[in-house]
Amino acid sequence: MSRITLDGIAHAYRGSAQRPEDYALKPLHHVWEQGMSYALLGPSGCGKTTLLNIISGLIIPSEGRLLFDDKDVTRLPTEKRNIAQVFQFPVIYDTMTVAENLAFPLKNRHMPKAQVEARVREIADILDLTPDLNRRARGLTADAKQKISLGRGLVRADVSAVLFDEPLTVIDPGLKWELRSKLKAVHRALDMLMIYVTHDQVEALTFADKVVVMKDGSVLQVGTPLDLFERPEHTFVGYFIGSPGMNLLPTAVTGNRARIGNREIQLETTYPSFTDRTAQLGVRPDHAILAAPGQGLPVQVQRVDDLGRVRLARVMLGDHPLVATVPDDMSVPTGEAGLIFQPGRVHVYVDDRRVEGVAA
Amino acid sequence: MSLVLEGVGLSVPPTEYLRDISLELPRGTMNVLLGPTLSGKTSLMRLMAGLERPTSGRVLLDGKDVTGVPVRHRSVAMVYQQFVNYPTLSVYENIASPLRVQKVNASEVDKRVQEAAKLLGLQPMLQRTPLQLSGGQQQRVAIARALVKRADLVLLDEPLANLDYKLREELREELPRIFAASGAILVYATTEPTEALLLGGNTATLWEGRVTQLGPTASVYRRPQNLAAARVFSDPPLNEIAVEKRGAMVTLGNGQQLPVSGALSGLSDGSYRLGFRAEHISLGVSRETGLNFHGEVKVTELTGSESFIHVDAGHGTWVCLARGVQELVPGATVDVHIDTRQLFVFDTAGHVAAVPEMAATA
Repeated sequence: MSRITLDGIAHAYRGSAQRPEDYALKPLHHVWEQGMSYALLGPSGCGKTTLLNIISGLIIPSEGRLLFDDKDVTRLPTEKRNIAQVFQFPVIYDTMTVAENLAFPLKNRHMPKAQVEARVREIADILDLTPDLNRRARGLTADAKQKISLGRGLVRADVSAVLFDEPLTVIDPGLKWELRSKLKAVHRALDMLMIYVTHDQVEALTFADKVVVMKDGSVLQVGTPLDLFERPEHTFVGYFIGSPGMNLLPTAVTGNRARIGNREIQLETTYPSFTDRTAQLGVRPDHAILAAPGQGLPVQVQRVDDLGRVRLARVMLGDHPLVATVPDDMSVPTGEAGLIFQPGRVHVYVDDRRVEGVAA
Repeated sequence: MSLVLEGVGLSVPPTEYLRDISLELPRGTMNVLLGPTLSGKTSLMRLMAGLERPTSGRVLLDGKDVTGVPVRHRSVAMVYQQFVNYPTLSVYENIASPLRVQKVNASEVDKRVQEAAKLLGLQPMLQRTPLQLSGGQQQRVAIARALVKRADLVLLDEPLANLDYKLREELREELPRIFAASGAILVYATTEPTEALLLGGNTATLWEGRVTQLGPTASVYRRPQNLAAARVFSDPPLNEIAVEKRGAMVTLGNGQQLPVSGALSGLSDGSYRLGFRAEHISLGVSRETGLNFHGEVKVTELTGSESFIHVDAGHGTWVCLARGVQELVPGATVDVHIDTRQLFVFDTAGHVAAVPEMAATA
């Protein structure tokens, strides 16, 4: 059993931090629980890899303590931390068979032979590697090799955590579907703490129980995939989660009315006035539905992207570009159209933070 | 005005990298090469660029045979997946480098560099070196260099693959617009169906060194002519079942028999392979027509706007797509319905035998 505690962990690559912008990772307090899967998600430079390296022991943080259960491991080297890692590229022994590769981490720790065999069979079975167990790794495809790497990361049952650093980046789209669902099945079957770094929101949302969205060294939100989609607490989370991201519009809110340019829409809830600060409305393209002219807000359709299973319209509301969903039964709209925001799906942000309204 | 490949092949015995490829790539539109890793996209681009000589067939540029003309005598610009820049030169000089080679005069160099930098949002960083830039900015520098060259042929080989997801979204939007004015023949290689759909234009699907279909992107997506094209152009992967049709019944691989309807009705008796995309499966639904199964939920994946449910109905695992949030518990039994009007039907050789009724009119 294991739990990871980040107790005021922070890191600055150049000595001690004087100003907030000196931090690659700003001070963090989090507890990550056994049996859960977490994804660290954010753009390059957000601090996700720094955080992963602190957990794996490649970096000693400049501030704070890292606890595995109650044990302080902040300064322990990687090999004493009892973690397994899977990297972006396959790390395996070409001359060994698949079975030997999988068994290697266990044999190193002098596990009895019968136990090793049983565990290798179990992992091979989950990852569909059983037919290849006696083949040498050398002749296998890159995809198969990365599966072995995943297997080696998962084979030890006694690790505190398994860390994945963008493990599916080199995998073709078709196989990604398979490996992602395998990883999820493994996680369900093996009750391990898994931490997964990625810049790909689909991977993060589909893999993790909780997603940690990071930007500029700060954690902006930790939530279930649904939380991040339905209630992004920060405008950046709204933008980063979802493809395309959330529409954001400058607005002035009075009570339950929001003014956009020279139009007003009614909100489901009531807000205090924030005249001196920047207020924005946030609404996802999934909840901004194109309609016939005259309905909802008047927009100009610029272009329609046909993505096969959904059509997205790029529209202008006055000077503001927005993305809206084109309903299935609507023929391709051009020129003037209406735009309807689904009730209850419009969020209000003040200085980039979401403000909860009060039921009217 | 176009690039034409006539029966082009590339082989180094015993390996055949490209086989009998005939394509016409016009100017003024995006030409997408869509296929998985090792399907031949990069080899094909190397032939187009003149980096490699085909072992059979001809390459024609605007009607002129350029087969075997080496790259330095052609007007080609290429952008690769890896960001290729000169690390010691400033961003300005990186962008200017092809013009320096062409001995373009300084004021013209400055004009073109400033134009390209403006289009790609690089103006504030012209005096920095590439390694002081983010990955997205480094790739913008490589793209700007391809742009200033004003080449006849611009080859973009998975240019966004190494970028962050969101940067990819942005640049994918911008690229067609950036190059539209250049008048070049644009070729864009990708492994991702969604990227092809977003880029629009024309798409050639590649599989094992062959072009399996060429046409307007949306029409190749909706009406694949063969199993290979349908597979390459489906993400989530194409779901499939092998069936035997006899009279009014079809027999599935596991012995299950179902009445014939929809796309299957007009077919002669024989063996077929049915293909259907994730969005063509309905869960928790059973109807009188169409194909109905009981399946076991293996995994549910949520992205918010969509849910992907992996289901085993006794024919391997299928991926089903539902709009919005549908959280199904792994292990649960669920009704699986496939509308036969949305099926692709392929014969044993992989040629399309029937297209979905809905696609025929789309």
